[in-house]
Amino acid sequence: MKKVYRLEDLDCANCAAKMERAISKLDGVSAANVNFMTQRMTIDADESRFDEIMRDVVKICKKVEPDCRIIM
Amino acid sequence: MTRREKKNLIRILVALCLFACIFAVDKAISLDGVFGGRFGWLFPFALYIAVYFVIGYDVLWRAIRNIAHGQVFDENFLMCVATLGAFALGIYRGAIGAEIEGFDEACAVLLFYQVGEWFQSYATGKSRKSISGLMDIRPDYANVKRDGAVVRVDPSEVKIGDVIVVNPGEKIPLDGVIESGASSLDTKALTGESLPRDVETGDEVISGTVNLTSQIEVRASKEFYDSTVSKILDLVENASSQKSRAENFITKFAKYYTPAVVGVAVLLALIPGFVTGDWQIWVYRALSFLVVSCPCALVISIPLSFFAGIGAASRYGILVKGSNYLEKLDKANIFVFDKTGTLTKGNFAVVKVTPNDCERDEVLRLAAIAERDSTHPIARSIVDAYGGETPGGYTLTDVAGRGVTAQNGDDVIYCGNEKLMTENGIAFEKESGLGTVVYVARNDKFIGSLLIADEIKPESKQVIGALNAMSCKTVMLTGDNEAIAHSVADEIGLTGYKASLLPQNKVEHVETMLAEKESGDVLCFVGDGINDAPVLMRSDIGIAMGGVGSDAAIEASDIVLMKDDLRGIPIAKRISKKTMAIVMQNIVFSLIIKLAILILSAVGITNMWIAVFGDVGVAVLAILNAMRVNSKYDDRTKCVAVEPSA
Repeated sequence: MKKVYRLEDLDCANCAAKMERAISKLDGVSAANVNFMTQRMTIDADESRFDEIMRDVVKICKKVEPDCRIIM
Repeated sequence: MTRREKKNLIRILVALCLFACIFAVDKAISLDGVFGGRFGWLFPFALYIAVYFVIGYDVLWRAIRNIAHGQVFDENFLMCVATLGAFALGIYRGAIGAEIEGFDEACAVLLFYQVGEWFQSYATGKSRKSISGLMDIRPDYANVKRDGAVVRVDPSEVKIGDVIVVNPGEKIPLDGVIESGASSLDTKALTGESLPRDVETGDEVISGTVNLTSQIEVRASKEFYDSTVSKILDLVENASSQKSRAENFITKFAKYYTPAVVGVAVLLALIPGFVTGDWQIWVYRALSFLVVSCPCALVISIPLSFFAGIGAASRYGILVKGSNYLEKLDKANIFVFDKTGTLTKGNFAVVKVTPNDCERDEVLRLAAIAERDSTHPIARSIVDAYGGETPGGYTLTDVAGRGVTAQNGDDVIYCGNEKLMTENGIAFEKESGLGTVVYVARNDKFIGSLLIADEIKPESKQVIGALNAMSCKTVMLTGDNEAIAHSVADEIGLTGYKASLLPQNKVEHVETMLAEKESGDVLCFVGDGINDAPVLMRSDIGIAMGGVGSDAAIEASDIVLMKDDLRGIPIAKRISKKTMAIVMQNIVFSLIIKLAILILSAVGITNMWIAVFGDVGVAVLAILNAMRVNSKYDDRTKCVAVEPSA
């Protein structure tokens, strides 16, 4: 399942790239894209485990760029 | 400016004033001499560190937070290490009684860093807005008629068959058919076409267009997620997920750059320091390294250039599905065109009238009388070409395989092919042009002939000319016979053509071309997107025309010309060329400056002041350069006429 989220206060392009790398490596995520330009995150992940994966995604974002918020 | 940017700007200005005052006084009377003695350095230290906290408390806070999260190569952290290190060196010098230096520098570096960061955030925010504003086609709501009342709902809640009220100034939220009312629509955001389109009851309308003049009611024919606007938004928002090679290079580079620079900095502090024993100098040089260790200039400006390129293309109604296609299009040098519907209009039209002792209009008029009731495309093209009223009273008779006769008393009009003429004993002049020839005769007298052919689009010639001028090969594929293909190819200046291809052979032929091309060649196929899906997918770049309303075209192709206008191709090529040039400039410029600063810092020629320029200064310049992509592309060449929408 593919979902697009809006990101707020994603201020650093390098952080976006870091998030993208970390999220792509998560188990169950088949593709992830963090777009600094459009301030959007696209996640393609296993549907049955989506909520669980999203919790990890939020954790990663908090870790890399604490100011950035994912609009659910 | 966002609220945060405003807040930061004020803070930067306050810190700048404080710093300037302290710095001026320090230079004038040397602050460490104010109290003198062994701890004289404490006074300037206290003043500078106070300013340092005003300007950089957020950087410090982020550094602490990120290091707690294990983010060692975080730019905040590295910047803090560099500046606090400079402070430490100053204290050390104070402690050993040497002349104080480094406090002012540490403060200034952080100050400049903040100024640069602020400018960077402002510039990216601004450019992001100016580009994505163009893609702002998402309808926010739909006014649905339910039980006689009009309710405002989210477009996704509208079902097929619901009637939506669209007021002037509002966007049409879903694809549908006009139920009542007439208006004109602004399709600029979708197609780049600046002329409004007039619509009336019964017409199909496309979501994302703006209703201009009067209220209309639209019956939804697709759900929101299936409507044109959703498809386009989906495409635009995911455009940058297909990354170009340049972007992948930057991502990889960024991954290794920071650790490498930090590693070298550590070695630089330790090894020569150990060998020479002159720790101060080498630690200072190592700290300068940390200042230049963020790859931000590249990480921001390269995707921004592509984003701006995709944005600029969308202003001309050209959707590019990913930055990799923009990168490839710059290299594209073989353009293969489908003939019908792409280079030609795909409809029949009277291209030549040869009157025989009479007015040109008379031939058309008589032919139109005979053909007025026929639905055959050739007949329609004659009636359209005449355009005027045709008198009734004629009895029309189809003569199978010959044409039509129209009789009104003694007056007989013959309209048909050669056989019709010979069989009725009419002497006629043979028309040898390419296409379908219709001969017209009245009461045994030959009136003239009409040549009907698929019309070449008026812009085909200039587009092919523009592509040839960019030293591209232009090839046409067609099912027509050799003679017609040859004449069309000649007329519009194609460098090659392949005639008599059955639809299924087109894929084969493109496959052969792909196999035969040289390694640096990029083959681009241009088709109308309806019958060409397999070829569009197979070629290096598939360009589909007239994408509005055609889902198949949008899905199968890599670049979609929303408007059925070939002139988008040279424009797209120019945009890709400029984008790639700017990308290369930014990569080379940023790398050279950074490398130069690293080397000069290592040998002690530059200092931290220059190093901070190498960090944020380069980033800002690269961003400004990237914004040049977002300019106009149609005014410098002869191939004009597509109006930009903004």
